[in-house]
Amino acid sequence: MRYSIQTSTRFSRVSLALAVAMVFMLALLPAYASRGLLQDMFFILTMLTLAQFWNLLAGYGGLLSIGQQAFVGVGGYAMFALVILHGWDPLAAVAVAGCAALLVSIPMGFFSFRLHGAYFAIGTWVLAEVLRLLVAQFKALGGGTGTSLPRAATRNLWGADWVKEVFDVKSAAARDILAYWLALALAAAAIAGIYYLLRSKQGLALSAVRDNAEVARSVGVNAHRLKWQIFLASAFGTGITGALIYLQKARISPDAAFSVTDWTAYIIFIVVIGGIGTIEGPILGVLVFYLLQSLLADYGSWYLLSLGVAGITVMLFAPRGLWGLISDRTGVQCFPIRRLLVQHSNKTGENSVRNHH
Amino acid sequence: MRAPMLKVDRLCKSFNSLKVSNSVSFSVSQGEALGIIGPNGAGKSTLFNLITGNLRPDSGRIELMDMGDVTGMPPMQRCIAGVGRSFQIPQPFDELTVFENLLVAAAHGRGLSEHDACDKCGEILEQTELMTVANQRAGGLRLLQRKRLELARAMATGPKLLLLDEIAGGLTECESASLVATIRAIHKGGATLIWIEHVLHALNSVVERLMVLDFGRVIGIGAPFDMMNSEAVKTVYLGIEA
Ligand SMILES: Nc1ncnc2c1ncn2[C@@H]1O[C@H](COP(=O)(O)OP(=O)(O)O)[C@@H](O)[C@H]1O
Ligand SMILES: [Mg+2]
Repeated sequence: MRYSIQTSTRFSRVSLALAVAMVFMLALLPAYASRGLLQDMFFILTMLTLAQFWNLLAGYGGLLSIGQQAFVGVGGYAMFALVILHGWDPLAAVAVAGCAALLVSIPMGFFSFRLHGAYFAIGTWVLAEVLRLLVAQFKALGGGTGTSLPRAATRNLWGADWVKEVFDVKSAAARDILAYWLALALAAAAIAGIYYLLRSKQGLALSAVRDNAEVARSVGVNAHRLKWQIFLASAFGTGITGALIYLQKARISPDAAFSVTDWTAYIIFIVVIGGIGTIEGPILGVLVFYLLQSLLADYGSWYLLSLGVAGITVMLFAPRGLWGLISDRTGVQCFPIRRLLVQHSNKTGENSVRNHH
Repeated sequence: MRAPMLKVDRLCKSFNSLKVSNSVSFSVSQGEALGIIGPNGAGKSTLFNLITGNLRPDSGRIELMDMGDVTGMPPMQRCIAGVGRSFQIPQPFDELTVFENLLVAAAHGRGLSEHDACDKCGEILEQTELMTVANQRAGGLRLLQRKRLELARAMATGPKLLLLDEIAGGLTECESASLVATIRAIHKGGATLIWIEHVLHALNSVVERLMVLDFGRVIGIGAPFDMMNSEAVKTVYLGIEA
């Protein structure tokens, strides 16, 4: 073995350790935090997960979807259907809701992969609208006005008794704690999973396809299969997150669950402002988004306007987002995917990295 | 007689009313090096695109050793089946490093894990004199290095049949000489080669046969010396190289 590949840097190993420690610390948050803070954290974490999956599609796969609300809505409604119509425990229903979104994404993929660029974007949006209209016909789930989760179901979530006992809280607060933990686990799993994918052979191919799809095919990359894989994965992840969001809200309606503003426009804002095509970007973006929202939410349309202005400013002056600015200045990367060739010198047994990037 | 590596049979391709391949037939045997010459617009690059599957022919057949008829097979599968190519205008994956350009080709073209592909890529980088820029962004390379990267990436896919499209074009005399030496070594190593080139003395120092294309038609195929002295070729090539 004369050569090997090196991906991590010392900085990235430290930051990875910190990230793991951070997740554990966040897991302990319910012991200290108020219910309001937990709800805000739930919002941040679920938006982060949605942003990571949109970034996987658009930032890595070049698939500019503006129909992510389809999967949020299908996930949410699938969970409601299982709970209300079949009496499932909502937590079990959340997991299965991801599969429902996955199923819906298969025909959606067949349709929208026939379209390219802007047409793909509009195609996904139209399909999401169609789903919204279909769901509104469903009388058993409240039709156009929507419905709520039965109190009995939300009170007796798996593990709720244990949480009530340990943290000494009422059942509504226990539900928030459980939902927060799930959101944390989901965000951590999404980031870990996407990072794992990018570090794999398929991730390398994804970067090649992003640079030049035709040439990528000519060197043996199955660009079509890759596109499907990330489309399905992102539908599944978005569906689970949608179900979790509506478990916490405990009330759903077609207009809210299939809202293009809430589940796609805001998500695009988060990814673009943070830095598209990076894992760090959406993390930074969601914090900026949360800050702007808490500062400006009382100003109604001014809030939306300032989001728009902020988004356009970043796109014009820092097209690679805030994280792009930071990593250009400092050269740091928390989640590196660069593969460096390392040559092992036979004589000394020492390793040498040539021409550090 | 060596077994044929590639057999092209009456291949036709038109762009609108322009016949770019007009019933092209030829075959290349295993381990052979075939040169292709012809004026600009003769349909040389198009012929490569037909062989690699980047373009579909209007009619005709392409057969590959081991694989049989591959006429309808997409480029990805043809690459895996052993067809490697360079592009006339270098098209590196800009955002990847030189090494990563090779790595993606070796991992997917040969179906290896990155770990297993690594040594192979290292060897090719040495052979194509790209080791010093291995960890640099491919988008920042100079022309000679881009041409070398085209060659290196094609080799990384583990081709049985290597197609090179004007790989020495646009280089200085000295640069092209060193590149040609690399290509000669690759051919000596047993690779079957089809090589499009305008730099005739470079080409003739490597290939065993020469095929001449003009207006999408094969107007001659044979030993380089015979081809260069044939009347048909002289008419076509008048003014291109004395
Ligand atoms: N994709 C295409 N669409 C339309 N015309 C093309 C296309 N590709 C090549 N051509 C035309 O076909 C002819 C042959 O092109 P090409 O095969 O690149 O020639 P060569 O490589 O011999 O210089 C040229 O006239 C070129 O303009
Ligand atoms: Mg050409």
